Amino acid sequence: MPDLLEVEAINVFYGDFQALFAVSLGIEAGQIIAVIGANGAGKSTLLKTVAGLMHPRQGEIRFKGESVTAMPAFNVVNYGIALVPEGRRLFPSLTVEENLLIGGQSRRSGPWTLARIYELFPVLAERRHLPAPALSGGQQQMAAIGRALMANPQLLLCDEISLGLAPIVVRDIYARLPQIAAEGLSLIIVEQDIAQALRAASHVYCLQEGRVALKGPTSGLTREMISAAYFGV
Amino acid sequence: MLWFNIVMQGVLIGGLYAMFAAGLSLIFGVMRLVNIAHGDLIVLAAYVSLIVTQGMGVDPLTSLLLVVPIMALIGYALQRGLLNRTLGEDVLPPLLVTFGLSIIIQNGLLELFTADSRRLQAGAIEVQAFELLEGVWIGVLPLIQFAIAVAVIAGLQLLFYHTALGRAFRATSDDQSVAQLMGLDTRHVFAMAMALSLAVVAIAGVFLAVRTNFDPAIGPARLIFGFEAVIIGGLGSMWGTLAGGIILGVSQAIGAQIDPGWQLLAGHIVFLAILAVRPQGFFPKVSG
Repeated sequence: MPDLLEVEAINVFYGDFQALFAVSLGIEAGQIIAVIGANGAGKSTLLKTVAGLMHPRQGEIRFKGESVTAMPAFNVVNYGIALVPEGRRLFPSLTVEENLLIGGQSRRSGPWTLARIYELFPVLAERRHLPAPALSGGQQQMAAIGRALMANPQLLLCDEISLGLAPIVVRDIYARLPQIAAEGLSLIIVEQDIAQALRAASHVYCLQEGRVALKGPTSGLTREMISAAYFGV
Repeated sequence: MLWFNIVMQGVLIGGLYAMFAAGLSLIFGVMRLVNIAHGDLIVLAAYVSLIVTQGMGVDPLTSLLLVVPIMALIGYALQRGLLNRTLGEDVLPPLLVTFGLSIIIQNGLLELFTADSRRLQAGAIEVQAFELLEGVWIGVLPLIQFAIAVAVIAGLQLLFYHTALGRAFRATSDDQSVAQLMGLDTRHVFAMAMALSLAVVAIAGVFLAVRTNFDPAIGPARLIFGFEAVIIGGLGSMWGTLAGGIILGVSQAIGAQIDPGWQLLAGHIVFLAILAVRPQGFFPKVSG
């Protein structure tokens, strides 16, 4: 079966520093996969590279069979890949609604509209005219997810959506993910909260110092295998 | 009545200064670029209008129909072809490049048009005036100029806060890399901002050239007026820019009344005084 996204042996650098070493990854339509790993393992770099903010020096990224390896981020989103960046990164001078609207800038058609986002996260509808920084952390995360969904992506990349949020808020947000995936979306979730990630995903990749240390269906992995891959012991 | 009259004239010229300032403020707001060539681009617009009025036999206000799009195109090309390459972490390259551009424009105009003073002739409208109050005469042309300045500021404000392009400007100004994730090509967004800035410059340049004589060397002084109006008004606020322009215009008018030699000095002194007591300007943008 042709994968939705195929990442093939990419090497990614920050200047002279190599962050990813021959990382490969595949995801099929409708799948949720989790990428876990310690701080600095290269998880965010992997997502940024798939989204087009960074480009691999070697290797190839194909989306729906087409190469997006060297494509700039503003084109990648038009192909159907949207990133929820780490730390939410809402636009502070825009209102909540404007943040969502700018997410729909690419005008891809699909199920996600302003009304649907407000249905998914009703609290955003109440606060639509507030400036983005006036939201709580959890609400900002919802807005960031909504903003990415507005592009009607086929693949949604979520970078540390639990970061800095209260556990109850995290559970609340994760509870919406199946609803989002039900629209035929595939998700790649990057998390440090392993338990949360494993519950949501069907497959997991564990990165360690820029290399894939472990991969497989979540059901077949034991705690020992994961901690061995996570810490490299 | 004399002083009221003077203040009125100052307010009216303040509109022109606000137009000098608006384009400058727009560019700084969107891409943190301080355009040293801004004044010279105003003068360039005046010369473009000179060619259009002489070549086509139209009056300067009608020439705006051509001068505005021409300057906007120049702005777009300038940003895509040159200035985008200078933007980055370091603020020095864009300063140096626009400084160089300023010298190139001045010398280019000198080469093409010589150092002779020019003036755009607007015809009968130049001397028309009406008596607002007993002893207070308002010129029709300065009034039109002020009305257009207010319309330009209102238009920019509307564009910034109520259109998709304005949203793209603000988003790109906030966070360039996330703006790209939204499908915004920041090189294009910046070029649109410069095109808009030079469209305003075109209007300012034509009104300047109808009001006073111009020659290739007067750009830098207009740049200073623009800067002063931006700083007095507060960075990032369009209506503040209008207020800044008016304060500068009134200061100069009062200075000129005391002693003709004090016109510019009075403007600079008021600017420095405001900078000393209220360095953030009167209407700074509330940052989130």
